[in-house]
Amino acid sequence: MSKANIAFYWAASCGGCEIAVLDINEKILDIIEKANILMWPVAMDTKYEDLKKMKDKSIDVCFFNGAIRTSENEELAHLLRKKSKILVAFGSCAHEGCIPALANLFNKKLIFDRAYQETETTVNKENTLPMTSFDVKEGEIHIPEFYDTVKTLDQVVEVDYYLPGCPPTPNIVEDAFNKFLTGDLPPKGAVLAPVKALCDECPRKKKDKTIETIYRVYEKEADPEKCFLDQGIICMGPATRSGCGHQCIKGNMPCTGCFGKTPEVNDQGAKMISALASVLAVENEIELDEKKVEELISKIKDPVGTFYRYSLASSFIKRKVIK
Amino acid sequence: MDTNSSSPRVGVFVCHCGSNIAGTVDVEKVAQEISKMEGVAYAGSYIYMCSDPGQKLMRETIEKEKLDRIVVAACSPTLHEKTFRINSKNAGLNPYQCEISNIREHCSWVHEDKAKATEKAIKITKSIVEKVKNDSSLTDIEVPITKKAVVIGGGVAGIQAALDIANGGYKTYLVERDSSIGGKMAKLSETFPTLDCSQCILTPKMVEAANHPNIELLTYSEVENVSGYLGNFKVKIKKKPTSVKWDICTGCGDCYPKCPVKVPSEFQEGLAKRTAIYTPFPQAVPNKPVIDRENCLYYQKGICKICEKICKIGAIDFEMQEEIVEVDAGAIVVATGYQEYPLQNLSDYGGGRYPNVISGLKFERLLSASGPTGGQVLRPSDGKPVKDVVFVQCAGSRDIEEHKPYCSKICCMYTAKHAMLFKHKVHDGNAYVFYIDVRTAGKDYEEFYYRTTEEDHALYTRGKVSKIFEDGDKVVVWGVDTLTGKKVEIRADLAVLATAIEPSSGIMELKQKLKVSVDENGFLKEAHPKLRPVESMTSGIFFAGAAQGPKDIPESVSQAGAAASKVLSMFSADFLHKEPLICEINEDVCSGCGICIMLCPYGALEAEITTKDNKETKRSKLNEALCQGCGTCSSACPSGAATMRNDISKNMFKMIEVILE
Repeated sequence: MSKANIAFYWAASCGGCEIAVLDINEKILDIIEKANILMWPVAMDTKYEDLKKMKDKSIDVCFFNGAIRTSENEELAHLLRKKSKILVAFGSCAHEGCIPALANLFNKKLIFDRAYQETETTVNKENTLPMTSFDVKEGEIHIPEFYDTVKTLDQVVEVDYYLPGCPPTPNIVEDAFNKFLTGDLPPKGAVLAPVKALCDECPRKKKDKTIETIYRVYEKEADPEKCFLDQGIICMGPATRSGCGHQCIKGNMPCTGCFGKTPEVNDQGAKMISALASVLAVENEIELDEKKVEELISKIKDPVGTFYRYSLASSFIKRKVIK
Repeated sequence: MDTNSSSPRVGVFVCHCGSNIAGTVDVEKVAQEISKMEGVAYAGSYIYMCSDPGQKLMRETIEKEKLDRIVVAACSPTLHEKTFRINSKNAGLNPYQCEISNIREHCSWVHEDKAKATEKAIKITKSIVEKVKNDSSLTDIEVPITKKAVVIGGGVAGIQAALDIANGGYKTYLVERDSSIGGKMAKLSETFPTLDCSQCILTPKMVEAANHPNIELLTYSEVENVSGYLGNFKVKIKKKPTSVKWDICTGCGDCYPKCPVKVPSEFQEGLAKRTAIYTPFPQAVPNKPVIDRENCLYYQKGICKICEKICKIGAIDFEMQEEIVEVDAGAIVVATGYQEYPLQNLSDYGGGRYPNVISGLKFERLLSASGPTGGQVLRPSDGKPVKDVVFVQCAGSRDIEEHKPYCSKICCMYTAKHAMLFKHKVHDGNAYVFYIDVRTAGKDYEEFYYRTTEEDHALYTRGKVSKIFEDGDKVVVWGVDTLTGKKVEIRADLAVLATAIEPSSGIMELKQKLKVSVDENGFLKEAHPKLRPVESMTSGIFFAGAAQGPKDIPESVSQAGAAASKVLSMFSADFLHKEPLICEINEDVCSGCGICIMLCPYGALEAEITTKDNKETKRSKLNEALCQGCGTCSSACPSGAATMRNDISKNMFKMIEVILE
């Protein structure tokens, strides 16, 4: 049997997803036995020119991590789509936009102003900003364009499968490799993780929910036996796909939602806001006047970062409108 | 019948509603545009769809065009959804695959520009067509009925409702928190407009209720908890310890005269004293005493026990504990009545400060032959006869800024009665009445008021009282006659405030237990102010009397009868049919986070825990009979496991998309 050809690529990402491939440890050897790795930026030096020369669909499976932030990211997304039979959005950035997409609360100008002028350590009297092309004595140099909006991979090209997580956990990475290498695949478009929310696998004791008030993680030492929400600590678990092995929960930290929404939901952040708003102080609802409601809500210090930390680019709102 | 086939055949019937719709909306154009939609097999219009020929046209078209679902573009679904669903059922369709596109209230009635209104009507109808395409074929849910009723509140409304239900042949539990039934009406002297003695017309009803084979009186009892649903409620009732064994007590009355404790009598509105072991009034039903533990020397200081020594049959039981009984009931009638707005809230009038400024109910006791003065109008302060009395209407009512915004409704008439009865008793006395308006809408009411002013010469002054204060042994009333613009000062012996009425204390707790709503003033909120005035929004719970809004006796009694007839018509069937448009929990998606459970206002959700291979799995479980389809769980469910039938959360997007096209 001939070996399968696989490729990895990173777009706007932290690089963690590339490393996550190695988190499967010695099992990587089994994969190498069954597959040729044609491209892997963190480990191999593959030139774009070589990629362009490959025949279309010559890559069996391409694992694409990172969001689409620049014209380079977009160009490579199109190129890899063309060259690959199966394109997988690997990890939260490609899947939902993740942390890079929180920059959608700003635009290119605001980001550049902050990064190249306003930061406390910057002196930039000539107001030099990145340009897409400029002349040097060797000739004209082109660098990629920085977009206003971060997009998910499937907002740019057609995606066949998704691996959720920031980064995807070794168990689901390994499971996905096995699926691709054996051809035992679910219908196109599937997210390769369980359909239920994290509470399903979370072993903590859960009450029927009523939440009196909200604490930030540092404000309270969480009882490791009890549901975070029952203790007033926002946990995105109920609105987040399971499959991660509840690693954060085991470390006595609440779920922040990196596996994304469950399949029946349209918008993870909106759903969690709706859930929390429903149960917050539901028992003494009658005594709540607007001021008290305001006080309660103001305990959520960073709503976008809490509810849309990973999913802003793929949500209904997608970005802040800046006029 | 498989109506979920891949290619639906939708029929759209656009109603002209005479010129109600057709005057502002080009109905032909609506039909024409809708007929172009995918899946629409027929679209036509008719002048009155709800009329017999209109409905016949629909049935014939359904057959001729082989339609499998329909949309009627007409008035609000609250008006004719039922009509058209029955009609489509008669034509062989599933009634839940008939939807209403409201192009009257939502469109023609609120717009003038015909072109724009037509465009909007098209959009509304398009989105409903999109909805009906995805409607599932549903069947009604059958729920068995427990044919017993619980009536909460033993005033005249509760007594009447209980009697009517019991006379219909069904067991009724009448729950009253005081030791006797009778309520406020038992305290009244005579009743307007006929001047019947209140007790004379009420006590026979009280006795009838007590002796009725189908009525079980649970007095000195309160509703502790209500669970279950329409047709199958479980009502936990707390029987407070009476400290007297009622099953052996003969009601001889020997015990209370000897009791050394004297405290103000609630029944006499504090104008007389009662003992710690007492019955509230001599005609109490049941006529058995209770011990008021807050004031009894034995409970407070561990001494006395005189009543125990006196009672020859040993009915006194100091160790009696409260008891919880649980009864099954198919329906509940709430008749918890009203209370007076606290007098001390009316501080400009010296309410609660001056003994000779009293409330309407206190004046009733002064007028009553069974009252503390034997019916003589004497001043509470010194027992001297009253010669000049001022009645202040709207004391706390119709006062948006300081007190209650609403009209308490009964005070105009009872003040007229008070003034009349006073004049009957004190012929040379003067009865002054301050009023804003005199409202006498009711049979024979205006005539009664006329008698008060013209025959008994009560002096009515149109204007509000600004201040009441004491001067010597008189109360001085300052007001303005707004008809003449002159200031008025009256030095009177007594001032009677027609205080506003408000829902009985405890209504908020009861509301939560019953999962019913109250309005902004705390009165129980009916399902529809005009068309369903005695029903709550929670199926199977009905209202009677002043708990739902200020009411006089005839209104309370007729509402009680109406509530009882609702209960009886419900009990006339063996099963209830419930609309199937409820929620669903997708067990393959539910992760058991528990967020929905406490939210369900009907208690339809509970956590189901199963253990397999030492692993506990928690899931939300829906009781279909309880679910009212409100959608609270579905909007809160963070994983999308709780949905409304017909998958509304997803179809909603399709409906929006066609509007935005």
